[in-house]
Amino acid sequence: MSHLTLRYRLNGNERADLVAGDETLLSLLRYRLDTTSVRQGCRQGTCGTCTVLVDGEPRLACITLAATCEGCAIETADSLPGSGGLHPLQQAFMDHFAAQCGFCTTGMLMAAKALLDVNPSPSREEVIDAIGGNICRCTGYEPIVEAVLAAATAARAGATPPAAHRHC
Amino acid sequence: MAKRRGRGMASVNYPIGMNLGGDPSQALVHSNPGGKFTVSLSSIDLGQGMKSVVRQICAEALGVPVEDVFVDTADSDTGPHCMGSFASRGTHRVGNAVISASQEARGVLLEAAAEKLEVDASDLVTDGRGNIHVRGAPSRAISVADASMAAQFEQGRTVSGRGIFLIPLSKVDPDTGEMDPVTCYAHACTVAEVEVDDETGEVEVLSIKAAYEVGRALNPAMVEQQLVGGGWMGMSHALWETTEPYYPDREHGPTDFNHYLMPGPGDTCEQEFAILERPAPDGPYGGKGVGEMCSTPPIPAIANAIFDAVGVRIDEMPFTPEKILRALREQGGAR
Repeated sequence: MSHLTLRYRLNGNERADLVAGDETLLSLLRYRLDTTSVRQGCRQGTCGTCTVLVDGEPRLACITLAATCEGCAIETADSLPGSGGLHPLQQAFMDHFAAQCGFCTTGMLMAAKALLDVNPSPSREEVIDAIGGNICRCTGYEPIVEAVLAAATAARAGATPPAAHRHC
Repeated sequence: MAKRRGRGMASVNYPIGMNLGGDPSQALVHSNPGGKFTVSLSSIDLGQGMKSVVRQICAEALGVPVEDVFVDTADSDTGPHCMGSFASRGTHRVGNAVISASQEARGVLLEAAAEKLEVDASDLVTDGRGNIHVRGAPSRAISVADASMAAQFEQGRTVSGRGIFLIPLSKVDPDTGEMDPVTCYAHACTVAEVEVDDETGEVEVLSIKAAYEVGRALNPAMVEQQLVGGGWMGMSHALWETTEPYYPDREHGPTDFNHYLMPGPGDTCEQEFAILERPAPDGPYGGKGVGEMCSTPPIPAIANAIFDAVGVRIDEMPFTPEKILRALREQGGAR
C-alpha cells in the first residue's frame, strides 16, 4: 500500500503526517496521534462514537480514509474548551447529567457542535436528527437532547449556563 | 384497522444484591498527611454514580467535607475485594463497607486529635468543614489536617480503617427450596401507556410513569438519572432488543448495530417519576439501590398495556410487530 503525506489542521494546528492509503482517520487520530477523545466503537460506521468534524461536517472517523482529508480542518472534542473555560455544550452536558459511562460523550459533543455551528437555535427535532446516528446505552437520550438545547440557549446568550444546582 | 391505546401496570419487589457466598464488598480508607482521605475499592463504577455516592458516604461517616475525599477504584490489584457491580448492590453493599472503614479511620483521627488537645476522644465532634472540636466548646479545636499530620509525624498512627459488609449465606431448604437471599428490597410500580397499530403490529410507548421506593435517595439527581436511563432500557428490552429473535433458534440473530435494534433519541417517550424514601434499616444512611431494578418493571407494564389495547398477551420479549400480528391473527383481530 502506498503512502502519502497528509497535510491538514488538527484542532487548529498545522500537521503533516505520512499515512497509508487504506488508513482510517480513526487509526491516525486515536492510535498514532494518541487523540483518545476519538473513541473506537463499532468500527463500521453504525455507532457514531468516533464522530469528528471535517471542515465543520460531522464525519465517522472509523469509515473515513485519512487520505481523503488533505487540506481539511479536523476538530475533535479536545478543541472544545476555549480560553474562557468549558464549551457551552460541555457545561450543559454536566448540568443535565448527559453522560454516565461517558463512552459516547465525545462523539455526541461533536455531533451536537456540528449542529450548533450552523444552527444556533435548533428545534428539539433538529437536535434529535443531529444526534440520531450516535448510540448511547446509559442515559435514555433525553438528558442529552435537553443538554444540547440548553447549550444552544446559553451560547446565544453569550455565556456558559449557570453552574449546576444539583451537583453532588 | 386502527391504532388502539392501552394502559398497563406492573410492580417490582427488587432484591438488592444476591445470595452469593454472602455477597461481600470491602473498603479501605486512609488519610494522607494533609488530611485528605482516599477510599480504596475494587468495585466498578460503569457510570451509575457509585464513586460519587461512595464519596458522599465516606465524607458523612468521617465528618469531613466531601471535597476532601477521593475514591480510587476499579483495580483488583490495588483495592480490596468486591463481588461486583450487579443486582443494584453497589450503593448498599459497598456503601456499608465504606461506612465501617470510615468509622474505624474516624476513631483514629479523633484519638490523634484528643492527644493534641489533651482531652478525651469521646468528647470530640467534627463540624463537617474540616475541623474537630470539643463538644460544646468550638474554640477548643484542631483541624482535620493538623490532627492527621500529628498522627502520622508525631504519634506514629495510621489514620485508616478497614470495612467489609457481608450477609451470611442463606441455606436453601432442601424440601421447599425456600431461602432468604437478601435483607433489603426496593420497590416500584410502573404504568405504561401504549398505542398499538393493529394493522402493522407496531407498538409506540406513549408514556412511562412510575413510583420508586429507593430507601433514602442518597443523591437524588443521580437516582433520577438512573430512572430515566432505566426506563429507556426497559422500553428497549420490551420492544426492540434481542440477540435471538427466534429463540431457541439462533437464526437471524443480529451481528452488529445495524441489526441489534434499540430506540434512538427520536423513539423515547414521556417519563415521569415519583421517588419515595423509606430508609432501609440496614442500608447506608438508609439507601437501597436503583441501578438494575429500574429497567425491569417497564417490560411487564408494556406487555399488559398491549393486552389492554388489543387483547393479545405476548409473553416473549421483545414484543415485535411479527409476534403481535401472529397473535392478532390467531385471536381473529383486536378486541
